[in-house]
Amino acid sequence: MTTNPVKPLLEVKNVHAVYGRKIRALKGVSVELHAGEIVALIGNNGAGKTTMLKTISGILTPESGEVLYQGRRISGMEPHRIARLGIAHVPEGRHVFPRLTVMENLEMGAYCRKEASLLDEYRRIFDLFPLLGRRRAQLAGTLSGGEQQMLAMGRALMASPKLLMLDEPSMGLSPALVDKIFDIIRKINQLGTPIFLVEQNARKALQVASRGYVLETGNLALSGSASNLLHNKAVRHAYLGIAG
Amino acid sequence: MLLQQLVNGLTLGAIYSLIALGYTLVYGILMLINFAHSEVLMVGAFVGLGVQLFFPPSLTSGPLGLALVFTLAMAAAGALNVVVERLAYRPLRNISRLAPLISAIGVSIILQNAVFLWVSNQSQTFPDIMKMRSFQFAGADISSLQIVILFTALGLMAALHFFIQKTRVGKAMRACADDMEAAELMGIDTKRIVAVTFLVGGALGGAAGALNGMYYGSIKYNLGFLPGMKAFTAAVLGGIGNIQGAVLGGFILGLLEVAVAGYLPNGAEWKDVIAFVVLICVLLARPSGILGEKIGEKV
Repeated sequence: MTTNPVKPLLEVKNVHAVYGRKIRALKGVSVELHAGEIVALIGNNGAGKTTMLKTISGILTPESGEVLYQGRRISGMEPHRIARLGIAHVPEGRHVFPRLTVMENLEMGAYCRKEASLLDEYRRIFDLFPLLGRRRAQLAGTLSGGEQQMLAMGRALMASPKLLMLDEPSMGLSPALVDKIFDIIRKINQLGTPIFLVEQNARKALQVASRGYVLETGNLALSGSASNLLHNKAVRHAYLGIAG
Repeated sequence: MLLQQLVNGLTLGAIYSLIALGYTLVYGILMLINFAHSEVLMVGAFVGLGVQLFFPPSLTSGPLGLALVFTLAMAAAGALNVVVERLAYRPLRNISRLAPLISAIGVSIILQNAVFLWVSNQSQTFPDIMKMRSFQFAGADISSLQIVILFTALGLMAALHFFIQKTRVGKAMRACADDMEAAELMGIDTKRIVAVTFLVGGALGGAAGALNGMYYGSIKYNLGFLPGMKAFTAAVLGGIGNIQGAVLGGFILGLLEVAVAGYLPNGAEWKDVIAFVVLICVLLARPSGILGEKIGEKV
């Protein structure tokens, strides 16, 4: 029994979800995330990690089970409504708007914000990603993979989200860039944004996270503090490539 | 002679361009060819006529009348297009690409027959809104009507350009055209943006319908078909989904048609054939059109 008196920010309760036509991608999974945390969700290709994020952001509707955010049920809501509640989902493969400029992409990130001026917001993003500032007039489709990843993250932050979900932010990036992205993830969290991080790079993810969950073919195999998972024999063997 | 043909071609091309924009806007966002668009422009023309019949002449003549006729024709055609999307396309989305296409052809037949049965199956005179004059210029006979048509169309295109490029909703339209799912994740109500796209495309079609009525002086329940198909060709020629392409394709087709009519023996009889020869040639040689991007899988 966990006896945490503080209500979690996000609760996924016993969710079953189908991906595509009939792939049962989640078979009764529960996770939770508290304010301030970085929670890592690791697992192999096809384990259901992306399905989990899509179910939270509303792109997929769970067959059964529910998703609660700030104590309120959000499963079944349209994705744009969930986004407006403060959940920003940076999808796998970045999905920047290729024919919009960097600046316009950022502007779309703040689509729902009512403030007259977003200047402070742009400044905050360009502090975090100086490169985006230099490329602001460029079409997003002409950026490199790493630059697009930064843009996708910056765009999500423009909404000032209360929860940031990142799907494979390090995918396809050079090792140096991977380090840089994880530094930025840590920094975003230190500035106060909780992060739900899906990664195949389990070592990096668990190093930056406070807690972690391990998904295996749609079931939760393990969960615990990130440091415990990093030292868990099964995790080391299956996900960190360490024999023994 | 050449100048005359040029002015005639540009006038016709301006109308085609406006219609082509309706096809291309909708295709750009939904990858759907709205075959009911030709009927939307026809309904716009009939609303333009209705305004002239039901409002007192003092309101429907001169520049004020022009504004009133266009505002109402555009509003009605835009609203009709939104209703068509809501009833006939949206429920079929995510089923197959073919289903909404067939539905569009169905809507087209319904609208044509509705006007045929409820309004008239005969040609109706479309009165002159403004007193028209002719100018002699370098041997060409240019009517003020042509100038009005050309500038109305160019004005609407400029307004569209501003809307798409500079406004928040216009940018959201481009974002949806790029990546609908990502747009939804930004909190953009993509269903609403699709509706706005149909509204704008339909309104441009309605304006084109009214211009068409002014240009030819009469309208009929089936008037949308030929310009609709030609404008569709223009959109494909320019690169369907590409806004500048639709305008370019419309003007090329208008000029080409006038050139065929003016310079080929028996050309006037062949001018309607040329659009479809162009369509087939483009599809064979460069299916992505002049300004269109290579059609590839979205990753």
